[in-house]
Amino acid sequence: MTTTATPLDVVALREDFPILARTVREGKKLVYLDSGATSQRPTQVLDAERRFLETSNAAVHRGAHQLAEEATDAYESARARIAEFVGASLDELVFTKNATEGINLVAYAMGNAATSGPEAQRFLLGPGDEILITEMEHHANLVPWQQLCLRTGATLRWIDVTAEGRLDLSNLDELVTPRTKVVAFTHQSNVLGTINPVAELVAAARKVGALTVLDACQSVPHSKVDFRALGVDFAAFSGHKMLAPSGIGVLYGRRELLEALPPFLTGGSMIEMVHMDRSTFAPPPQRFEAGVPMTSQAIGLGAAVDYLTAVGMDRVAAHEHLLTEAALAGLGEIPGVRIIGPRSTVDRGGAVSFGVEGVHAHDAGQVLDSLGIAVRVGHHCAWPLHRKLGVQASIRASFYLYNDLDEVAALLDGVREAQRFFGVGPVPGQG
Amino acid sequence: MQLQQMYQEIILDHYKNPHGRGLRDPYDAESHQVNPTCGDEVTLRVKLDGETVQDVSYDGQGCSISQASTSVLTDLVIGRSVGEAFKKFDAFVELMQSRGQLEPDEDVLEDGIAFAGVSKYPARVKCALLGWMAFKDAVARSEGAKA
Repeated sequence: MTTTATPLDVVALREDFPILARTVREGKKLVYLDSGATSQRPTQVLDAERRFLETSNAAVHRGAHQLAEEATDAYESARARIAEFVGASLDELVFTKNATEGINLVAYAMGNAATSGPEAQRFLLGPGDEILITEMEHHANLVPWQQLCLRTGATLRWIDVTAEGRLDLSNLDELVTPRTKVVAFTHQSNVLGTINPVAELVAAARKVGALTVLDACQSVPHSKVDFRALGVDFAAFSGHKMLAPSGIGVLYGRRELLEALPPFLTGGSMIEMVHMDRSTFAPPPQRFEAGVPMTSQAIGLGAAVDYLTAVGMDRVAAHEHLLTEAALAGLGEIPGVRIIGPRSTVDRGGAVSFGVEGVHAHDAGQVLDSLGIAVRVGHHCAWPLHRKLGVQASIRASFYLYNDLDEVAALLDGVREAQRFFGVGPVPGQG
Repeated sequence: MQLQQMYQEIILDHYKNPHGRGLRDPYDAESHQVNPTCGDEVTLRVKLDGETVQDVSYDGQGCSISQASTSVLTDLVIGRSVGEAFKKFDAFVELMQSRGQLEPDEDVLEDGIAFAGVSKYPARVKCALLGWMAFKDAVARSEGAKA
């Protein structure tokens, strides 16, 4: 974390996001604190998509006409820029629908190892093998592994979460054993904001030859992430959480692994040769991109990466750090508010989840909504984590580069208003 | 203000002082319903005496809307015939799906009319119907068990 980066000019930057200027619920200024669910898109991204569709739209990687050529060039150019943004090379970057699909791709492709060639046998799982995840995973990095265990007979194990919302690595030696074949974990928790020690987990996995799969959905949009430097084997993220359209995501895989990995979805454009009774497959990344892919969306993600690069990821991270610090401090001062996750900003990103004593998260969210403040309420697709921390549902505010300190202040006022409305606030004069 | 329209005093009263709460014996069937988007849940038991709903008891965790609507449900159906109870069920479901466009009948829904404002918020309709769906399911189960 560099705190010496030039501060963002949020006022100027917000001009790029027309939606942020609208009002909601009877003229309230929109305070959008739900970027952890999906981010807003700047005009630069929308324009890039529109420009592509108005000038060069065609099905990529098929056809020899000029539009097909331009479309393919635009699509592959986006791939190159996105790859550079995350420290990967061109052929290590597979376009998917979103991170969920990316993780499922790995899980299903591994499940196909049993019926694939000798090069795929390194992915074979069976009874006695183990997949290690963590208790803080989003359902997208949990359910696919449960299902893979069901299909293969492998056993699912997990790293516990401490009361503070960090991984309990005290028994990592017992959890990562020669039986461990996959270690899948989130880079940054979508609920707690916790940034996990990737290096330590990768080192433990490597020692036993296990593959690592990183859910980078909440890290890539918010800080400089270099997959090669992190040393993970696979990683997935979604475009819509980083200023890009929905329907586009990325799976990163180390080259030698993608080369050996069997396909997941099969069909057009992922083949090498097709006969009536058998087929062979294209090299990666095409092997994992069956059918005509999302094209304007990929171009939109390329434009989003250009936008974020121009702003500077160190400045984005420093800005969110500032907002998170203010939110943690402010919420910490409100009696009856329980922050779920680390109270300090050390190894912590800009998702701040909390509960308000005596007010259900849904009801608090409704009060905030009536004030124009958009937050997420519920379990945020991390039900086991909520259960573990003894919380049924929580309120999550998540920040991005276009948020400012006034919006943090609005959130704090909104929380006090929810307490007042439901009659659970501190009694005036006594608290 | 919109918020007061949604959170009528009646709703807040039922939330703070719920009627019929707590699981009771004897019962014919039990239903457990969850709202997967927020994790709210209700467990609801039904005791029928012939064609009469003799008792409805429940326990649950959830927002004011889901808890209050279940409380109102018990007021409306206990002591009624199954047929009458389902008339109220249909009326309540229709009200909740009306997006604020329906004038509810107080004779049928009594305190339930307070939820008219909730129907304007599609994300909360599921909350209001949680206990009601559990009731429908539990009655179907108890009738199935007797058949």
